[in-house]
Amino acid sequence: MSAIVVENLTKQFPREPRPAVDHVSFEVDEGAFVVLLGPSGCGKTTLLKMINRLYEPTDGRLLVGGVDARSVPATELRRRIGYAIQQTGLFPHMRIEQNIAVVPRLLGWDRPRIDVRIDELLDLVGLPRAYRARYPRQLSGGEQQRVGLARALAADPAIMLMDEPFGAIDAITRARLQDELAGIQRQLRKTILFVTHDVEEALRLADKIIIMREGTIVQYDTPLGIITRPRDTFVQQLVGTEDMLRRLSLIKVVDALAAQASGNGVPALAIGGTPGLATIGPDDDLRSALSHLLRSGADSLAVVDGEGATIGRVSFEDMRVAAAERAVGI
Amino acid sequence: MQNLVAGLRYLVNNIGLVAGLFVEHLRLAAIALAISLLIAIPLGWLISRVRWLRGPVLGVLGVIYTIPSLSLFVLLIPVLGLGPRTAIVALIAYAQLVLVRNVLVGLAGIEPSVIEAARGMGMNGWQRFSRVEFPLALPLILAGTRVATLSIIGIGTIAAFINGGGLGRLLFEGVSTGNRGKIVAGSIAITILALGANAILRAIERRSARAVLGPE
Repeated sequence: MSAIVVENLTKQFPREPRPAVDHVSFEVDEGAFVVLLGPSGCGKTTLLKMINRLYEPTDGRLLVGGVDARSVPATELRRRIGYAIQQTGLFPHMRIEQNIAVVPRLLGWDRPRIDVRIDELLDLVGLPRAYRARYPRQLSGGEQQRVGLARALAADPAIMLMDEPFGAIDAITRARLQDELAGIQRQLRKTILFVTHDVEEALRLADKIIIMREGTIVQYDTPLGIITRPRDTFVQQLVGTEDMLRRLSLIKVVDALAAQASGNGVPALAIGGTPGLATIGPDDDLRSALSHLLRSGADSLAVVDGEGATIGRVSFEDMRVAAAERAVGI
Repeated sequence: MQNLVAGLRYLVNNIGLVAGLFVEHLRLAAIALAISLLIAIPLGWLISRVRWLRGPVLGVLGVIYTIPSLSLFVLLIPVLGLGPRTAIVALIAYAQLVLVRNVLVGLAGIEPSVIEAARGMGMNGWQRFSRVEFPLALPLILAGTRVATLSIIGIGTIAAFINGGGLGRLLFEGVSTGNRGKIVAGSIAITILALGANAILRAIERRSARAVLGPE
């Protein structure tokens, strides 16, 4: 079932020449991580804010969890949807535990249940439980964003809306938070709608990407689909489809192995190199494989699975083929 | 020096009278302040929401504020007559500018992302105000309250002129009977009241600022 169904959704702000969002339709599958990507002013944030009715649509229909969003009071709808934003919006006068407890309290949970939940969430987002009694001001930007994430997850909503949550965080911390968010998503299977203008972030996190321009959807596809089959020159330029490293970063080692098996690739032979360095996991992407390969000085890498068994080898040739091939399946 | 001695002597000899007037003055100020806040907080909230009302509301309050206090008291006599009630109305009118302005600045100064988060998490208007906006605006509201309290205590001495009671009586009677000790005693009592109120309100203000900004 689709967690979110959007039909002809439109938002026309008063005294604006054109709608911010113009008859947009799409569906988001349950448990999918969908990224709204586009330049600033393309309507992605407006679209996101219509999902939890921070903006009321001018026209169109919106189903959240199979229910018409307008059939429930806005406050009730919002309590069922996690919401995280770039500036975190943490309440500076509340301790971390109070910040996390906001939605559970609105929903009338009892004290012991909230207490247990706060600890669970701090563990989940990788913050020490001792942070409960701190104030947001006492935390770093990255830590505050973790609290923002914990707070959005507090009442265990099926759907999460995230508006450039990592936009104001330094690159290293951002990458770590992205990895952890991806991990949390794999673990909890939330339906996530995530707004960003950062292409790398979109490609890294998304199951599917919605590319927007001037209030409309240009393309709705998987990251690899967008890289290999961009709809038009706008998408090409926005995403940088000609960037081969970017393309490699979207292909998993295991898919390159599959391509070998189907005869597209050339079986690789290991010649020389530094043992130990010249290995890679099947779930790593070809971009890191290439990096390993260059560093190790070998001609190919042994693909080693979680149990330590070698399940194949990838070579430069495999990467060349994978990057050139348009249809390496995911 | 001579006056001070006379004042202290008056104070010691008439401690019962002065204490009574002190309490009366305090009650007058407290009632005026309480009602002032009940008006200023909703009014400040209103103009924080309805932008175009800000100019007119602050303009009117500004005009009231510039009327010399004695004239305002006297102007009210034809409407409300003599007595403490009239005095309280005048004091409330005076306090509004400072209070409303501080409520407005306190509410309007809240980080927009904080308000957005509160809405996005499903707080209704009242929950947003009581749990987020009001606590965050509180340090500024309290700062305004302190300033307003000091002017209410000070201007409150004029209440005696229209038969409103309070420590102002010592001043007016002292002047009309040429009793310097009485004037000085009244001044000392008002100063103590003002300094005490200031100290207490400042402590509350500091504590609330700490709660909003966190320790350190």
